[in-house]
Amino acid sequence: MADQTISIQSATAETPLVRLVLMAIAFLFLALFLFLPLVVVVSEAFRNGVGAWFQAILDPDALASIRLTLLVAAISVPLNMVFGVAAAWAIAKFEFRGKAFLITLIDLPFSVSPVISGLVYVLLFGSGSVLGPWLKGWGIEILFAVPGITLATIFVTFPFVARELIPLMQDQGSADEEAALSLGASGWQTFLHVTLPNIRWGLLYGVLLCNARAMGEFGAVSVVSGHIRGLTDTMPLHIEILYNEYNFAAAFAVASLLVGLALVTLVLKTAIERRYAD
Amino acid sequence: MTATVQSSRWHFREPGVIPGFRLTFGFAVCYLSLVILIPLSGLVWHSSNLGWDAFWALASDPRTIAALKISFGSAVLAALINTVFGLVVAWVLVRYRFPGRRIVDAVVDLPFALPTAVAGIALATLYAPNGMIGAWLADFGFKVAFTPAGIVVALVFIGLPFIVRTVQPVLEEVDREIEEAAATLGASRLDIVRRVLLPGLLPAILTGFAMAMARGIGEYGSVIFIAGNIPYVSEIAPLLIVIRLEEFNYAAATAVGVVMLSISFLMLLIINLIQAWSRGRFGHG
Amino acid sequence: MTRYRSITAAAVMAIAIGFAAPVAAADFTLLNVSYDPTRELYKEYNQLFIDSWNAKTGDKVTIRMSHGGSGKQARSVIDGLEADVVTLALEADINAIAEKTGKISAAWRERLPNNSAPYTSTIVFLVRKGNPKGISDWADLVRDGVEVITPNPKTSGGARWNFLAAWAWAQKAYKGDEPSVRQYVSDLFRHVPILDTGARGATTTFVRRAIGDVLLAWENEAFLALDELGEGAFEIVVPSVSIKAEPPVALVDGNVEHKGTTEIATAYLEGLYSEDGQRLAARHYYRPYQPELADPQDMTRFPDLKLVTVDDFGGWKKAQPTFFADGGIFDQIYKPER
Repeated sequence: MADQTISIQSATAETPLVRLVLMAIAFLFLALFLFLPLVVVVSEAFRNGVGAWFQAILDPDALASIRLTLLVAAISVPLNMVFGVAAAWAIAKFEFRGKAFLITLIDLPFSVSPVISGLVYVLLFGSGSVLGPWLKGWGIEILFAVPGITLATIFVTFPFVARELIPLMQDQGSADEEAALSLGASGWQTFLHVTLPNIRWGLLYGVLLCNARAMGEFGAVSVVSGHIRGLTDTMPLHIEILYNEYNFAAAFAVASLLVGLALVTLVLKTAIERRYAD
Repeated sequence: MTATVQSSRWHFREPGVIPGFRLTFGFAVCYLSLVILIPLSGLVWHSSNLGWDAFWALASDPRTIAALKISFGSAVLAALINTVFGLVVAWVLVRYRFPGRRIVDAVVDLPFALPTAVAGIALATLYAPNGMIGAWLADFGFKVAFTPAGIVVALVFIGLPFIVRTVQPVLEEVDREIEEAAATLGASRLDIVRRVLLPGLLPAILTGFAMAMARGIGEYGSVIFIAGNIPYVSEIAPLLIVIRLEEFNYAAATAVGVVMLSISFLMLLIINLIQAWSRGRFGHG
Repeated sequence: MTRYRSITAAAVMAIAIGFAAPVAAADFTLLNVSYDPTRELYKEYNQLFIDSWNAKTGDKVTIRMSHGGSGKQARSVIDGLEADVVTLALEADINAIAEKTGKISAAWRERLPNNSAPYTSTIVFLVRKGNPKGISDWADLVRDGVEVITPNPKTSGGARWNFLAAWAWAQKAYKGDEPSVRQYVSDLFRHVPILDTGARGATTTFVRRAIGDVLLAWENEAFLALDELGEGAFEIVVPSVSIKAEPPVALVDGNVEHKGTTEIATAYLEGLYSEDGQRLAARHYYRPYQPELADPQDMTRFPDLKLVTVDDFGGWKKAQPTFFADGGIFDQIYKPER
C-alpha cells in the first residue's frame, strides 16, 4: 500500500532532482536571453543618475513621443480587440471550409517583415499612388501623420487578440452557449454573460500583448512616420534619434519607460486576476 | 433524384444552433481585407511591375537565395530553441511554486514591449566581444555577436513569448486527474509526460513554433545591430529589401517581400493544416 | 457600465491631447529633412535663423527637423513628406527627388554657390589611441590583421564617399590600372567584419563595441566622436588622398509653393552661406565654403590634404550607377566564398 502511494506520487510529479534541473535550465535560459538584456537597458538608463533619467523623460520632444505612442495604442488596440473577438467567435463556434486558410491569413502579419508592413502603406497612400493625392485633395494626410502611423501599428498588432482567443475558444467548445440559447437567451446575451466570462483571461492577455507590441513597434512605423521631431516620432523612433545623437543614457531612459509601461499593465493584469479569481 | 442532389450539395458551413456567424464572419473578413489583404495585394501588384524575367532573375540571384536561407534558417533554429526551452519555462511557471514566480511570469512578455532596435542594442552590448557574455564566450573561442549566431540570439529573444504564452494557458487547463489515472495504471513519469501530456500540448506547441518562426523570418530592427550584415554570411533578407529601397527600386524591394511572404505563408498554412488535422483526430486540446 | 464609460473617456482624452499638442501658434513652419550627422549643426543654426528672421520681419518661425539615413529621407520626400528644404548627404539623393517628383528644379545645383554645398567634408581615419597598428594611409588598411569598420555603401550615403575615396587613392597608387584598383577595394572590404547600415551605427560599433582597428568616417563625424565619446581614446589619421564630400542643400519648390514659404525657405538656405552660417559650420567641424568667414581658430583643425572630387568620377550621375547600383562594382566585389 505504502509502496503504491510512493510510485503514484513519483509518476504525477518529478523527483526533486529533476525539478531542480528543470528550474535551473529555465532560469539560465531566461537569464541569458531575457533578464540580462533588461538589466542592460535599466542600468544604462540610470547610468547618469535619476535626475538625468527624469530630464530625458520630461524633455518636450520625449513627452510628445510618449503622447503620440499612447494615442496610437489607444486607437489600434480596441480595433484589433473587436476584430479578435469576432474572428475567434466565427472560427471557434462554427465549422466551415477553408478555416485553416483563414487562420493562416490572420497569422500573416507576424511573418511580414516590418519594413514591408510600413512599405505597403507607402505604396497605397504615397504620392505615387492613386489614393494618396486624392485624399490630400480633401485635406486628409495619411502618410507622415497620425493615421499612417496608426495603420502600420494596426497591421503589426493585428493577430494578437485573435490568436490568443482562437485556441482557447476551440478548447472550450460551444456547450455552454448552446445551453444558454436553449434556455431562451439571445445571441448577444449569451455572448455577454456566458462567453465573455469564459474567455476574459485570454482576452485580457491578448489585449496586453497587443498593447505592448503597439507601443514598441519600430520598423513599420519608422517607414511611415517621416521622423519629424516632436510631431511624428513615437517612443521607439525617439529612442533611435537619441541613440544616434550618442545620447545613450537618454535613449535607454525612454526605453526603460516603455519597459515600465509594459510592467504596469502586467501588474494590473495580476491584480485583476487576483481580485476576480474564482 | 432531387434528394440526392440535396444531400450532396456543397456546404460552406455545417449547420448549428449558435447565432452570429454572418455578423462575426462578415466583420472579420471585411476587417481582414481592409487592413491586411488590400495592402498586401497592393504589394503583390507593385512587384508585378518588375516583369517576370526580372522577378525570376532577382529570386534566383545567389545573393537573394543566400539571404533567404539565412533568414529562414535562423528563424527555424531560433524557433526550435524557443520550443525546447520555452516549454521548460512554461512548465516551471505552471507547475512549480517558488518565490518571485509572478515577476518571472510578467517579464516573459517584455520582448514584445521593448522596441526591437533597443533589444538589438542591448543584446549586442551583452554578446559583443567586450560585453559581459561575449567576453566570457570569447575565452572559449566562441563569437556570437556579428556572426550568424548573433541573428539566432536576437530571434530567440524576439520569439520567446510566443511559445511560453501559447503553451502556458493550455498547460494550466490540463486535468491533473488524467495524470493520476495514468499513474495508477502503472505508467512511469516519463511515459506520462511523453504519452499523456505532450500530445495534448502539441497544438499549442505548434502554434507557438509557427508564430515564433514567422515573426523571426521578417525581423529587421534587432538583427541589424547584432548580425554583422556581411553579404552571403550574415545578410538577412529584410536587409536586401532595404537595400533595394535605397536604390529607389520599389519593384525589386516588393518582389523580395513577396518571395518571403509566399514562403512563410506556405509554412504557416502547412502548420495550421497539421494542427486542424490533429485537432480533428485527438478531439479538443 | 461605469467602467466602459471611463475607458471611453480615457480614449477620448488621449485622442484630444494627442491632436491638440502639436498645434503651435506660428506664422511659419519650415520642415528641414536632413541626414544623420547634421543634428548638432542645425540645432544651433535653426535658433540663429529664427532669431534673425524674427528681428528682421517680426514673423514667428518654427523649424521642424527630420533626421535619418540620407536615402531613406529622400524616399520619404518622394513619397510625400512635405519638406520645405532638404539637406542631404549625396547629390544623387536630391537628384532622385527631382527626377521622380519634379518638385525640385532640375537645375537645383546651380541655384546656390559651390554646387549648392554650403559646407563640405572629407573622409578620414579614426584609430585607437597611440595608433597601435601604425596606420598612416590607405595601403595599411589591407595589411594582415587590420580590421576596418565602414557602413554599407548600399544603405549609407557616407559610406559611398568612403568607397570613392579608397577608389581614388588606389587609382593613383596603381596608376589607373583598373584590375589592381578593383583588387585593392575588394581586399579592403574583406577586412570589414561588420557592415552597419548607417554612419552613426558604424561609429558606435567602433567606439562602444571596441571592434576594428580603423574607422572610415566623415571628418566632422570623427571630430564629433572625439568630443562626445572620449578625447584621448582615439586619434584622427589623415590619409594622403581623400575625397571632397559635398553634402548639398536644396529648396523643394513643389512644396514651398503651395505652402507659401518660398521666401523664408530660400532665406534659410542662403543664410547657410552667410558669415554666421559659415562660422557655425566650421564650429561643427564642417569645412566652410568660404573659410575666411569662419573663426580662424576653428579652421586650424582642418589639415591640408589632397582632395579629389566626385567630378573626377564623372559626377554622381555617372558614379552612382557605375559603383552602387544593383550589380554595380560594389556588388561585384562581394563574390560568394566557396
